[in-house]
Amino acid sequence: MSDLLPTLAPLPVLVPLLGAAGTLVFGRQPRIQRLVMLVLLAAVVVICALLLYLVDRDGTTALQVGGWGTPIGITLVVDRLSATMLLVSSIVLLAVSTYAAGQNIRDGDDRQPTSIYRPTYLVLTAGVSAAFLAGDLFNLFVGFEILLAASFVLLTVGATADRIRAGIAYVMVSMVSSLIFLTGIALAYAATGTLNLAQLAVRMGEVPNGIRMAVYAVLLVAFGIKAAVFPLSNWLPDSYPTAPAPVTAVFAGLLTKVGVYAIIRTHTLLFPDGGFDNILLVCGLLTMLIGIFGAIAQSDIRRLLSFTLVSHIGYMVFGIGLGSAAGLAGAVFYVAHHILVQTSLFLVVGLIERQAGSVSLRRLGGLAAASPLLAVLFLVPALNLGGIPPFSGFIGKVALLQAGAADGRVLAWVLVAGSVVTSLLTLYAVARVWSKAFWRPRTEAPEGHLTAAKPPTLVEDSTDVLYDERTDPGRMPLLMVLSTTALVVVGLCLTVFAGPILRIADRAATDLSDPAVYIGAVLGHSDADHPVASKGAK
Amino acid sequence: MSANLTLLILIGILVACGVYLILERAVSKMLLGMILFGNAVNLLILTVGGRGGRPPIRGEAEHTGAETADPLAQAMVLTAIVITMGLAAFVLALAYRSYILTTTEDVQNDPEDVEVATRREGEDPER
Repeated sequence: MSDLLPTLAPLPVLVPLLGAAGTLVFGRQPRIQRLVMLVLLAAVVVICALLLYLVDRDGTTALQVGGWGTPIGITLVVDRLSATMLLVSSIVLLAVSTYAAGQNIRDGDDRQPTSIYRPTYLVLTAGVSAAFLAGDLFNLFVGFEILLAASFVLLTVGATADRIRAGIAYVMVSMVSSLIFLTGIALAYAATGTLNLAQLAVRMGEVPNGIRMAVYAVLLVAFGIKAAVFPLSNWLPDSYPTAPAPVTAVFAGLLTKVGVYAIIRTHTLLFPDGGFDNILLVCGLLTMLIGIFGAIAQSDIRRLLSFTLVSHIGYMVFGIGLGSAAGLAGAVFYVAHHILVQTSLFLVVGLIERQAGSVSLRRLGGLAAASPLLAVLFLVPALNLGGIPPFSGFIGKVALLQAGAADGRVLAWVLVAGSVVTSLLTLYAVARVWSKAFWRPRTEAPEGHLTAAKPPTLVEDSTDVLYDERTDPGRMPLLMVLSTTALVVVGLCLTVFAGPILRIADRAATDLSDPAVYIGAVLGHSDADHPVASKGAK
Repeated sequence: MSANLTLLILIGILVACGVYLILERAVSKMLLGMILFGNAVNLLILTVGGRGGRPPIRGEAEHTGAETADPLAQAMVLTAIVITMGLAAFVLALAYRSYILTTTEDVQNDPEDVEVATRREGEDPER
């Protein structure tokens, strides 16, 4: 049984990659393609659940790919943090692909030249898993590149003018961040002669402080762009809203979180003495506040949600910046919560678009009467995002606030106040969506007579038509509603099972705040130049 | 480790030119800037690679002369070059598509952003 873990570890990367090849083979048989994709993603969910169970039982495990030793070979590392992230992201990926399947069946996209969509989606899955599993900086970079390349294709699929405009900005920003990341890799390699995270962690201790800070600063800028932390977040709300609903949903849920994961990993492992903690805290505060102010100014629901996405990244940065185990546990729980909630909100927006033909608050109205189910599906994750007491958003925020209060510095208290304000403003933003889109009659909306006849699909663009002349009656396909409901329910499970999940987050944070655990798992006793490792292994 | 000063200066010049070009609005110029920047980073990796004769793949003890280079740096540069090239091809396709659709390949402002920016003070976003 103990051999199972190293066998399973590479599968979250290998299965989707092989699946991408498989779906390409069935490019002309959309039904088989769809079936292959759903079965494989379901398999990935099972594998990730098993991984989390085994890792939680056995502790951090490292796998040397191909049997090469630590400084040369590729290392995959599974610890509680990466296993948790893998499980949550695979659940989201499965739900979104079911949603997309429902949309394709309904819209008849099968006849359109979008057979590239599913292979690319599977490549994205592989990239996300590779980034979570990577045990050295360069493979983290490669994981990022795999998921970015796939996301470029997904964002611009269909190639309408809007998507090309958003796509160019997104591609350029991502490439710049990748090049900065690569510069950071070069600097780290120059300073230490290794890129293996565990070995880096050991050798970074011997590097002069100034050089270490320089390497950290470069890496932090690169990850900050990917995670959309405030001064580097302006690209996100312009890029995400133009893509079709399933693509936006998976981007919103996962891509920024991979950046957050990279920040957590480097912060806890390579630079545990917290040189930039105060800067992280200030950036977290600004991310929260400026993000949510941006959300309030928007009238397009999808853009509004993109701004709340930026805003809530601030909470995770808050937890990381505190540097304590409690702060990290709060951040880990909040990441899991936010992936689920933000993705389900974007899926619901896709359903709103289908039901009402638009996502602009200037045009929407009367949705609560038209579809009570849709109203519930929106309300539950929206309140969850705002942090209303029984939901997991509240639990995550309380964990972070407690960690901030325990920290006791003035800056931490400012952050505590800031996150309460942000939480209230988030409630205001989603309540505004609720009152405009769901509660008021459509006739009172300033442009209520206009609507897009058909929501934008993978290929076509939508055009404005009069509300009375709609050809699509706006019923929601069963598969789309089911997958959205399932994701909302999983989000609720975070509340119901908050106890055990918080305990896993706590254990993950305890592992994280002691780099010796990770170093010991990767290097073992074998290498001579690792005083910390031998200390940690005992 | 002794670094090569000429190469370091060259890297500086390449980065400066690259960043200058990335600040342009035309996609093709941005792409050129990106490629310059990418090459600068590749050179940086090569420059900072391990000492000659101590390749990690053969162990890090002093046992060979200076006739072997650091294979790890070469492998990383190779990977980075391939990635940059693939993405450059993709950006070229994007620029072409943008030119077909809008007869220009400049990056446009986000229309919703412009709308929010031109909204008058106190104006209800839903009006």
